[in-house]
Amino acid sequence: MAKRKSDVGTLYKGSPGQWSWMAHRITGVAVILFLFAHVIDTAVVGWGPNAYNRVTAVYHNWVVRLLELGLVAAVLYHAINGVKIMILDFWPSTARHFKVLSILTSAVFVLSMVPIVWIMGRDILDLAFRWNL
Amino acid sequence: MPPAPESAGDVLETSDQRRAGATGAVTLTLRIRRYNPELRGEESWWDEFTIQADPNDRLLDALHQVKWYHDGTLALRRSCAHGICGSDAMMVNGKNRLACKVLVKDVAPKVTVEPIRGLPVLKDLYVDMEPFFNGYRSILPYLINDEGEPDAERLQSPEERHRFDDTTKCILCACCTTSCPVFWGDDEYVGPAAIVNAHRFIYDSRDHGADERLKILSEKTGVFRCRTTFNCTEACPRGIEVTKAIQEVKRSILFERF
Repeated sequence: MAKRKSDVGTLYKGSPGQWSWMAHRITGVAVILFLFAHVIDTAVVGWGPNAYNRVTAVYHNWVVRLLELGLVAAVLYHAINGVKIMILDFWPSTARHFKVLSILTSAVFVLSMVPIVWIMGRDILDLAFRWNL
Repeated sequence: MPPAPESAGDVLETSDQRRAGATGAVTLTLRIRRYNPELRGEESWWDEFTIQADPNDRLLDALHQVKWYHDGTLALRRSCAHGICGSDAMMVNGKNRLACKVLVKDVAPKVTVEPIRGLPVLKDLYVDMEPFFNGYRSILPYLINDEGEPDAERLQSPEERHRFDDTTKCILCACCTTSCPVFWGDDEYVGPAAIVNAHRFIYDSRDHGADERLKILSEKTGVFRCRTTFNCTEACPRGIEVTKAIQEVKRSILFERF
């Protein structure tokens, strides 16, 4: 009889931990991809300040600035969720309060994003619509 | 004696009418993921059955009704039907559950039933449990004590017994292991159930095999594959704090073994 894994089906509706694990991986990959680009643009300084300035001028538009905001969000989420994972790893009894821990880390993330969106968002709107906020 | 029904259709009608006539019967549509390599090759498909059921019936009763009166080819595993043997684990509305512990009233009017994930499906809801039991066997799930045959019982204080009480409740239904995203993608990972059963012996004061088990679980197929998604804890029909047990084993490996 043929053997096959039940890989086709509906989405598993797991615990909030399933989604934070997924977000942790996605943000981790996003940050490492940015690092590759960052290493390259920084290395350009080896060809002199003019070359470096020409390359970094590419970043001065609203699309890249929006991506930068996403990068800050990714780094922040990855860091805060990482702290949550460490708490769970070193104090196993906290597993009993996993939901509270998840709500707390999400709240810290959202609250930290508020001033960041305010500061970076104004810049993005300025570049996109010349609003001069 | 009532007249014998003329065809299978008559049996079906009689059975459903009888149930519909019962006080408070509800209509339940079961959407079931089917797979039968002998009939349709590798293609799997969805079948829908609408039945009448008592709201206090279990989902397993509803599946029996489908199998006995609608489609005898439906394959599912079950034994005690009372949440003890752990045979009828399946994915119910996207979560791993024992069909004998889910009430019709909690899922009516429509329920989706699929085989548990990460194990090879043999037919319909029937999976090959061998990879799951391989993981279980790998952690030496038996008492290891080289002190020889004792004259009396090996005594244990209530506190010592309490240390591993939670993990003695496991019925090896595979709800936890097959809810784990790491297990879906990695056949080698021993899985939550194996770790729970290792925990049961590692913290038993009568057992002397903790070092050996911690060594096995410190390998790359062991506890450190766990990503604390907590799907296992949520899926366990016995209410075992599975992730907590895994974290305790991780901690023992970090601070006691090395």
